[in-house]
Formats: sequence, C-alpha cells, structure tokens
Amino acid sequence: MIVAKRKPFAEIKAMLKGYKKVLNVGCGTCVSVCLAGGEREVAILNTEIEMTRKLDGEPIEIQGHTIERQCDREYLAELDSLIEEGKFDALMSMACGVGIQFLAERYPLIPTFPAVDTTGLAVNQAVGWYEERCRSCSQCVLGMTGGICPVTMCAKGLYNGPCGGTNKGNCEISSEQPCAWFKIYERLKGQNRLDSIKMINVARGWNDQTPRNLVQPGYKRPENMNR
Amino acid sequence: MRLNYPTNVKIVRVPCTGKVDVMFLLRCFQEGADGVYCVGCLEGNCHYSQGNLRCRERVGHIRELLEEIGIEGDRVRMYNLSSGEGPTFQKYAKEMTEHITSLGPNPLKDRSKKAQCLREGVNYV
Repeated sequence: MIVAKRKPFAEIKAMLKGYKKVLNVGCGTCVSVCLAGGEREVAILNTEIEMTRKLDGEPIEIQGHTIERQCDREYLAELDSLIEEGKFDALMSMACGVGIQFLAERYPLIPTFPAVDTTGLAVNQAVGWYEERCRSCSQCVLGMTGGICPVTMCAKGLYNGPCGGTNKGNCEISSEQPCAWFKIYERLKGQNRLDSIKMINVARGWNDQTPRNLVQPGYKRPENMNR
Repeated sequence: MRLNYPTNVKIVRVPCTGKVDVMFLLRCFQEGADGVYCVGCLEGNCHYSQGNLRCRERVGHIRELLEEIGIEGDRVRMYNLSSGEGPTFQKYAKEMTEHITSLGPNPLKDRSKKAQCLREGVNYV
C-alpha cells in the first residue's frame, strides 16, 4: 500500500496561517491503514489545530471529513455539497500525494494543502511499522531476483549485483542494512536457481522520471474528457 | 482503608489502560482539564499482555503533541500500581495534584476565560 507520515505540526500550522475556515479531508484507504490520514488522524490533527489556534488568539473553524478514496472521482463527488455549503477558505488533505492533487484539481478555486508527506509503497511489518518494498520503476525484475527488489533494497538500486560494497551480508552504508544482492543470492540458492543471478538485466530506463499514464488493455481513454 | 485523595481528581474508568486513545487525552485538554494521568497495572502484569505498555507509549506521544500545541507535555503522566495498592493510589493522586497545581491552570482554559472577560468587558484576573 501507499504509506505516508504526517508533516511536522509547525509546517501544517504555518500553511494554515490566516485561514479561518478549513475542511480537513481524510482518506479511508492506504493512509488510513498506515495510520497517517484516516478518520482518527483527521480528528487528532483538527483538535490539535483548534487548540493551538485558540492559544494563539486566532481561532479557527476546522471540520473533518473522511472519504473512501481521494484518488477516485466517484468518492470525491460526495464532498461537492459539503464544500459548496461550507464556504471554506482552504482545504487540507491527509491523503497521499495522488489524493491531494485530485482534491486540489476538483476545487481549483480553493487553496489545498497537504498534511502528510507520502513516503512510498510499503509492506506492514508490524502495527505502525512499514517497510518500503517498491519504487514503482515500471521495470520489474522480481522474477529474476527471487522476489526481492534490488531497486528498493539496494542502496545503489542496482539491477545487476552485488557490487564490491557487500560486507558479510550487509551493505557498506550500514551494518543494519542487509545487502539486497546477498539476500537475492541466498534466496535463489535456496530455490536452486542460481543461474538467474548470472543473467544480465537491462539498465534502468528511469521510466519513473517522466509523467506516466496507464490505460489497461481492453480500455481506452474517454474522448473529450476534462482533466 | 478509607483513604482520602484530592477531590479534584475525576476518575474515568476504562477496561484496561490499553483502551486509552490519544484522542481521549487530547479531548480532556480541549475540554479544559488541567492535567491527566493514566494509572495502569504494573508493567509485566497486564491481563491483556501489553495494554499498559501501549498506554505508556501513547502518553509519551501525547506529551509531544501537547508541546507542539503550546501546552506543557508534563501535564500528562503515566503511573503503574496493582489493585491492592490503595496507599500508592493516594500517593500518586496527591503527587499529580501538587504537580499540576505548580504548573497552573490549562492555558487553553485560561485563554477562553480571558477572551470571555474581554468580550463581556469584565476585568480579567
């Protein structure tokens, strides 16, 4: 899932300076699961903001509303009447970067601010602990690396490894960081597939550095659609 | 034992301190409480394994949140005792009350009182 962490409170406070009526929109999917921007986190942040602004002598009226997904027009639509009636000075989003942009795009006349920093695609290791596992590079080599992503786990993001910095199973950057390519070797060895490590993967295409659009087979982009 | 403890301490019962949520504690301050302390079972003695340890983590977290807001984080504390320790309960209640008295009232409450006095044109003391 997409994981995020809340921005420092001082940064959020500074962004909302001068705004008197704000709607904080939470997202009920990924950021809710990773305890960063769901209904509960919206309530906590709103309470904090309300209290600090009261202390500063600049009271704020802040409402919270959490929708199922901010990356889907279908769910964003339920905010239309709330935002129209609310006459908010500003919107704040606790969704990932995708959701924040979609919210800002839907209400272009109202300033929209992010309350979280999106940190990546991660697995849930334990309650509250998320470990990044994918950089969405558009060039998956997991089939050849025994299901271990070298782009994410290797400090150099090497598609072919290991490099000379592998040190007794760890990376040269830290003794706490396992060497991705050592783990790949171990995994492939266990599967009796060590020949895979000798295969040369093509160099990284840096496909994630340009805007990407995905249209699944069997679908097409609607014509005359406003974006 | 019929021990006395300060009357300003209001007890909110929860099934386990693991039930205490950050939002519960924040709301107490928002509603004007001067201080809050959570009293859990002794560490290692939680019937639910780690409810009291979770509460301790949350108390630590809310102390940081309060500091960010502008309220002293030390207005929240965590204590541990067993259900057979009446005198210790009394001791903690007195200790916390004295500590909060030394910190003064919740600045938020103060602020709202001050604002009300200003609105009504009454001298704020």
